[in-house]
Amino acid sequence: MGETLKLFGWKVSPYSHRAEVALRLKGLKYEFIHEDLANKSDMLIRYNPILKKIPVLLHGDTPIVESQVIVEYIDEVFDGHPILPKDPYERAEARFWARFIDEKVRPQVWMSCWTDGETQKSFIAQAKESLAILQGRLEGKKFFGGDSIGLIDIMACSLALWFGVMQEVVGLNLLNEDDYPELCRWGEEYRNAEAVKECLPERELIVGFFAPRKDRIFAKKAPVYD
Amino acid sequence: MASEKGVMLLDFWVSPFGQRARIALAEKGVQYEYKEENLTEKSELLLKANPVHKKIPVLIHDGKPVCESLIIVEYIDEVWSDKAPLMPSDPYQRAQARFWADFVDKKVYDCGSRLWKLKGEEQQAAKKEMIEILQLLEAQLGDKKYFGGDSFGFVDVAFVPFTSWFYSYETCANFSVEGVAPKVAQWAKRCLERESVAKTLSDPKKVYEFVCFLKKKFGVE
Repeated sequence: MGETLKLFGWKVSPYSHRAEVALRLKGLKYEFIHEDLANKSDMLIRYNPILKKIPVLLHGDTPIVESQVIVEYIDEVFDGHPILPKDPYERAEARFWARFIDEKVRPQVWMSCWTDGETQKSFIAQAKESLAILQGRLEGKKFFGGDSIGLIDIMACSLALWFGVMQEVVGLNLLNEDDYPELCRWGEEYRNAEAVKECLPERELIVGFFAPRKDRIFAKKAPVYD
Repeated sequence: MASEKGVMLLDFWVSPFGQRARIALAEKGVQYEYKEENLTEKSELLLKANPVHKKIPVLIHDGKPVCESLIIVEYIDEVWSDKAPLMPSDPYQRAQARFWADFVDKKVYDCGSRLWKLKGEEQQAAKKEMIEILQLLEAQLGDKKYFGGDSFGFVDVAFVPFTSWFYSYETCANFSVEGVAPKVAQWAKRCLERESVAKTLSDPKKVYEFVCFLKKKFGVE
């Protein structure tokens, strides 16, 4: 299939990064189309009418949406670096942890940053438990995927960069080396991996997004783009 | 769990998530042992099989646990791949199937719960949202026999257990699924013609009794 690959994304978004890193792991050529989320393009809305979100992968004329769906699609269509295991049980296990990250770890860490008082304490307690559970899954390996990056690593990317930046901006010290030495070690391995380095945003870009919008994000408990 | 050969499902009778697994197993003709869990007193086996979430359903295959209903369904489809394929073979169609199953997962149960848990304006907002969700699914179904096209597939399995909750949603929030999404209503009836679905889904009246029990328990109304 010699069809072109285009990725509608936004460098600040970890979801966009997930799609990019999968493309790069497979050594694929693609065009990155930057979306201004305060001003979504007609093309984005055309290709993702239901959710109107990035990332959107356009393979030829075919749009694929939702970061994990995109990653699995890339893995199924293109040869090269395997992202999911071949064995059905191991695949189920990888998908379980991907879901755990998206349904528990991410929202709990997010809300720990953007709430205060008793609410924040409760989220922090939940996040701590989830981070500990996730760390346990590493079992001293280089990556969640073993020797090489797999689905869980890609889905956990926020922990390698974004969480650290966000917690600095809000003055929280949740994900640190003392409490989570293995996760922090993993984070460094992830950031230094070849395919990741090529598409990881600069810290300053992420700070530049969060810092000026702190109060508004705190009020909404969700990102604001304008 | 010993490495016992065989398939076991830890479940709860009315759970639409558990029913997804049951339907998938039935479609594949897999023999398994069903174990009903008491959710107020979870068994040692459940706590050991799903230590992270302590939730049903859990599929235990030759002693190894698989958790999360959609993950279980994909696992069943991959292991027993010789019969009744639930996922399409084309990667793009598979991506579509995963998207819509995920859409059902994130939207239907949550919004549905708000329909019976809330009152007044909040309930009205949930009702508006549920109608939007059903109409999006209606558009996706179109004139196809199933969400999977001519054959019963992954999205059908993901969504069909919620059809026995339609009566409860309609009664609590005062609307009609057939009125807002007639193709979905027809699809639900067609699915009930399949043995796997007919034998698995709870009676809508029994689901409503369960919802009323939950309402009392949570002090709603």
